[in-house]
Amino acid sequence: MLNIMVLVKLVPDVVEELEIASDGRSLDPASVRLILNERDEHALEEALLLKERHGGTVTVVALDVPEVDDVLFTALAKGADRAVKISGVEAGLSTWAIAGALAKALTSSGLVPVDLILTGVQAIDDLDGQTGPIVARLLELPYVGMVCRVEVDVEAHKAVVIREYAGGVTGTFEVSLPAVLGIQSAEKPPRYVPVAKVRAAMKTQQLESVPVPGQGESSSVEILQMAKLEVTGGAVMLEGSPEEIAERIWDLLKERGLV
Amino acid sequence: MKLEEEASVMTTATVKPFEREPTLEILLETPEGRRILTCIQCGICAGTCPYGEVMDYPPRRIIGLLRAGMLEEALSNESLLSCVGCYACMAKCPRGIRLTEVLLPVVKEEVFLRLPEIPRELKRALDNTLRYGNPMGAPPSKRAEWVKTSEVPIRVLPQDPRPVDVLWITECYPSYTPRGQEVCRATAKVFHLLGMDFAILGNEERCVGECIRLLGETGLFESLTDHNMATFRKYRFHRIVTSGAHAYDALKHQYPAVGFHYEVEHTTPFLARHLEQLKPMLTKKLNYTVTYHDSCCLGRHNGFYEEPRMLLRAIPGVRLVEMTHNRINALCCGGGGGGMWLDAYYKAKGYERLSERRVREAVATGADVLAISCPYELSRFEDALKVLGYDQKMMVRDVVELLAEAIAA
Repeated sequence: MLNIMVLVKLVPDVVEELEIASDGRSLDPASVRLILNERDEHALEEALLLKERHGGTVTVVALDVPEVDDVLFTALAKGADRAVKISGVEAGLSTWAIAGALAKALTSSGLVPVDLILTGVQAIDDLDGQTGPIVARLLELPYVGMVCRVEVDVEAHKAVVIREYAGGVTGTFEVSLPAVLGIQSAEKPPRYVPVAKVRAAMKTQQLESVPVPGQGESSSVEILQMAKLEVTGGAVMLEGSPEEIAERIWDLLKERGLV
Repeated sequence: MKLEEEASVMTTATVKPFEREPTLEILLETPEGRRILTCIQCGICAGTCPYGEVMDYPPRRIIGLLRAGMLEEALSNESLLSCVGCYACMAKCPRGIRLTEVLLPVVKEEVFLRLPEIPRELKRALDNTLRYGNPMGAPPSKRAEWVKTSEVPIRVLPQDPRPVDVLWITECYPSYTPRGQEVCRATAKVFHLLGMDFAILGNEERCVGECIRLLGETGLFESLTDHNMATFRKYRFHRIVTSGAHAYDALKHQYPAVGFHYEVEHTTPFLARHLEQLKPMLTKKLNYTVTYHDSCCLGRHNGFYEEPRMLLRAIPGVRLVEMTHNRINALCCGGGGGGMWLDAYYKAKGYERLSERRVREAVATGADVLAISCPYELSRFEDALKVLGYDQKMMVRDVVELLAEAIAA
């Protein structure tokens, strides 16, 4: 039996073009649709695979933001047992503030201790990658990030995890449980859940809500300005027959002293 | 959690797939279901199925198991993922059992719910369709981008919601793919020259979902029908004309069950109906030898065999030749029933790509144009021609593109 918690975050969906709000420091909410951070989807998948292997429960936790209900019901339909929204966290807080709020809410509500806390190693909105380590620090648990494989020994209260480094190098670590793991990728691609099952979850299951106790968190990091990348230069499209194009490429390379 | 446990948890919910155990008894509650009892196990369905030779459970065996009360065996097998919804089995069944229309969707829905793993590219297409309303995951806000490149004015209903005669549903692949957009521009030009009062839904259009249903993802199909019906109700129009052969099929046969009551036509038969008006405009001689591929939805399921051929024959300089398998015997391009998003899966299984099989037959006619009327076929056949090295020999053109080309500027 393994009780696993998965911390997930919703991030702006970049399929649609994002616009900067008039304050110049945030995204225009009208241009933003939130979607589950991809690494967090992998963390959930890894949790479900571990549950299938060892038994136990999976509790999914997310901040209460727009569209979070769809994400949490989908997680329940995939096989999670509980889904919890953490309310009362201001938008736009820094990773430290959010991790602090999460740790407080998890402790005060009795959602921890669990055997394992999984979270995506990084989210695409800030690429900070610190939520997992800070939550681990605040809950006084060990942390391993960039994890792509988890083998749990339930009896011995430990896990052997494989961590991915650049250049195709991996490292194998043993970590005592409970622990926090930052998931790079699950063993298998995240599963598809038929829409009928999500609809059934919406009708039969409940989402829980947990407030952050005490004073609101404040950020020590402030966003001063947000801007779109400036487009510099431009591409030249070469047209004509393959021979003409080849000749033009040759001329260009010569002009720039590259050959 | 095992599926049986899930089913017991969910029996209180009003969700169809779990309320309905796919037993013979339940299926037999409907007249169509009862017709299954008349199956003579002749095996024509399996013989005519384009993937019949690789399917562990072709329709004949499914019916056999169903009658023996052993259906679970077939439901736990993924072989029905190879059903490309081509209506060949149904068209050939000597007992008139509505396999593709009735039996297969019910069975495939249960197969889909039991699949231990959904192939990756299929998962992506389904996730995208749910979230963005198109299988490729293109931004909904860019669906009508192609309109800017149209030679003729196109009314977009959300920007100009006045009542309109024809609502033109362009569908996903025509809206987003470069070749599909060329077909859209050609269609718009022909509509304009016919003096039609038409408009599109622009960025509010979403996938109609026929293949989603035939694949067995019934829940997703229901979300799409809900969404699309709500969009239709927002505007006033008399009828629908769609570029999608699959969209036509779903709007004609499935949407009426959710309150759809509009007259609906596919562009090819629609234009065939306007042939007398078109004829004087077709003045440019094209000098093509053309072979026409019958789309499964338009041909076998809806009987539009002659309409596209009438249009092609009306084009000056077009010589029409037939492939060995034509009309009711046409070979499927392999894109229906979810096949569009299972190419890598079929390839991994070692199956022949059906579009390649079809293109070989097309090339054998000596034609230089393969004419089509379903948006899936455009990319499937163009890809197959490239893979087989025939792309210099033959080009793929939508019937509407050929009409537009024959209308001198």
